[in-house]
Amino acid sequence: MEKFTTHTGVGVPLRRSNVDTDQIIPAVYLKRVTRTGFEDALFSAWRSDESFVLNQPAYTTGSVLVAGPDFGTGSSREHAVWALKDYGFKVVLSTRFADIFRGNSGKQGLLAGQVAPEDIELLWKVLETKPGTEVTVSLIDRTATADDVVVPFQVDDYTRWRLIEGLDDIGLTLQHSDEIAEFETTRAAWRPTTLPAKHLPPVEIVAARPVS
Amino acid sequence: MAGTLAEKVWDAHLVRRGSDGAPDLLYIDLHLVHEVTSPQAFEGLRLAGRPVRRPDLTIATEDHNTPTLNIDLPIADLTSRTQIDTLRNNAKEFGIRLHSLGDADQGIVHVVGPQLGLTMPGLTVVCGDSHTSTHGAFGALAFGIGTSEVEHVMATQTLPLAPFKTMAITVNGALPEGSTAKDIILAVIAKIGTGGGQGYVLEYRGEAIRALSMEGRMTICNMSIEAGARAGMIAPDDITFDYLEGRPHAPEGADWDAAVEYWRTLKTDDDATFDTEVFLEATDLEPFVTWGTNPGQGLPLSANVPIPSEIADENDRFTAERAIEYMGLNPGTPLRDIAIDTVFIGSCTNGRIEDLRAVAEIVEGKKKADTLRVLVVPGSARVRLQAEAEGLDKVFLDFGAEWRNAGCSMCLGMNPDQLAPGERSASTSNRNFEGRQGKGGRTHLVSPLVAAATAIRGTLSSPSDLAKDAADALASA
Repeated sequence: MEKFTTHTGVGVPLRRSNVDTDQIIPAVYLKRVTRTGFEDALFSAWRSDESFVLNQPAYTTGSVLVAGPDFGTGSSREHAVWALKDYGFKVVLSTRFADIFRGNSGKQGLLAGQVAPEDIELLWKVLETKPGTEVTVSLIDRTATADDVVVPFQVDDYTRWRLIEGLDDIGLTLQHSDEIAEFETTRAAWRPTTLPAKHLPPVEIVAARPVS
Repeated sequence: MAGTLAEKVWDAHLVRRGSDGAPDLLYIDLHLVHEVTSPQAFEGLRLAGRPVRRPDLTIATEDHNTPTLNIDLPIADLTSRTQIDTLRNNAKEFGIRLHSLGDADQGIVHVVGPQLGLTMPGLTVVCGDSHTSTHGAFGALAFGIGTSEVEHVMATQTLPLAPFKTMAITVNGALPEGSTAKDIILAVIAKIGTGGGQGYVLEYRGEAIRALSMEGRMTICNMSIEAGARAGMIAPDDITFDYLEGRPHAPEGADWDAAVEYWRTLKTDDDATFDTEVFLEATDLEPFVTWGTNPGQGLPLSANVPIPSEIADENDRFTAERAIEYMGLNPGTPLRDIAIDTVFIGSCTNGRIEDLRAVAEIVEGKKKADTLRVLVVPGSARVRLQAEAEGLDKVFLDFGAEWRNAGCSMCLGMNPDQLAPGERSASTSNRNFEGRQGKGGRTHLVSPLVAAATAIRGTLSSPSDLAKDAADALASA
């Protein structure tokens, strides 16, 4: 994972709350088996509307998204994070994130910073009155700066450390392989295993047909 | 030390306690896999040269992309077919048990786990799917994860997690006739909001919860994520044990006895405290339906579409205006007057045998309204077989409904089962987001009973409306 300390880029005001992951990337785009190439899918329904913020030239190259509360609710699809990253976003600021989305962001190096509602308003005002304004996001100081507005954001210490160091979670966990193996020796006999497979006898399933 | 149910399960899976702000490392008992969120995780393993650590704690099924018609023919959508083929190849390469389309144990991952008896009290269960919260109905700590975490579990059988806060949701009283588990959870979400559960594990308690079947409890826990909570739990009891006993993977003999003895300890201690408590009264709970574009925008069926100008908070007003516009509704319209184009009965929320029985009981001997189509999609192939053994398929077909093969289907429309732009559904699924069931589609979330009554009357209705219609018909005869 790439190290993240500071980022400066065009801020995009997204004045919406409850931006769910079906809006960030609709399910039809989830059929791909790759981890990249989702930039066209980001906000695809909204992008067909000319007035949508990303369709305005000043914001098209945006990399810092400033959104309303409850960003990333709904489905666990990490594709939402991939789509934001593929489009070019490095940072999302919101007053509140859905838990799974925030976790996925941290794993993928997309900074999800939590900002107080009144500070989101301040950022929106700057970005709306001066479209194209750049926002500087410092993970070291945990601040976002747009023009003369400086607001603090929250991100938990552990995620911050991992982002700054660019560390891969699996590698970190595998350092504890011995403890995992030790834990496995204590697993009670009643706890299930999927193999060998047990199930009711196989039965042929009849294919349903369209109604005429 | 006194603890909540969630804390007890958490502590029993601690591989190591985090220090200096680092998360705890938790062991995962059961990893459920499907075709949509796994390909990039398998690819990550391949690139790093890592195996799946515990194939014997992993099981895969095909559900999101699978067609519900003509399943004996090649999948027409090439990208869907590729995704399914990718799962098949990955399962073979990494030694994962897979239940493919056409197999009697294929179906929605959250229906398959419980019916095989793999979901048990006291387990940690994860899946790259937010509705993994379903399995909490057994007293398991079960939650959805992203694809990076899927890869992490495959490689290590653990997850680094920061502890959750706990919230008790106590539902007192007995549900009135015509109201169901679905109405309880829609009322809970309307009460605490789509973000109300963020950072929490919910524990559902109280008389109304204890009275529910396992199917009803799964419906409730399933939608915990719609309140923002990653997990919802219900303490196991005799209803849980009766459901499990004799299922293919349920423990047997001495293992069963040891398991039940342990499972009986899995409840919140009387002197334990929750971080937050919420109370709800079931006694006068009407059927709930959603009018907007998030699951928190729900009201009793007797209410009207909200009037935004009457909403004080500016953001709430804007959100309501947007939702009403998208839904093509007029403020103030009685919800009962809303005409429906498609009734969808299925999903991991309400696609189990009990749901199909409840619908069949209402529609038996009747004809659907000719202004709408009705899709009945069993949650799994076994549910379909069971329904056919009980003759429910005939009931649905005589009613004028379509009787389909198992899968996620129109809940999210990754397969061909989608709404057309502007089309309006009454759906027993879990999300009414914009475009969720097809681009431009409009979704009203309902219980199976409301879905059945709506399919008969053509407008959002409850079984009590059918009784009224019958009484009116008698009076005028």
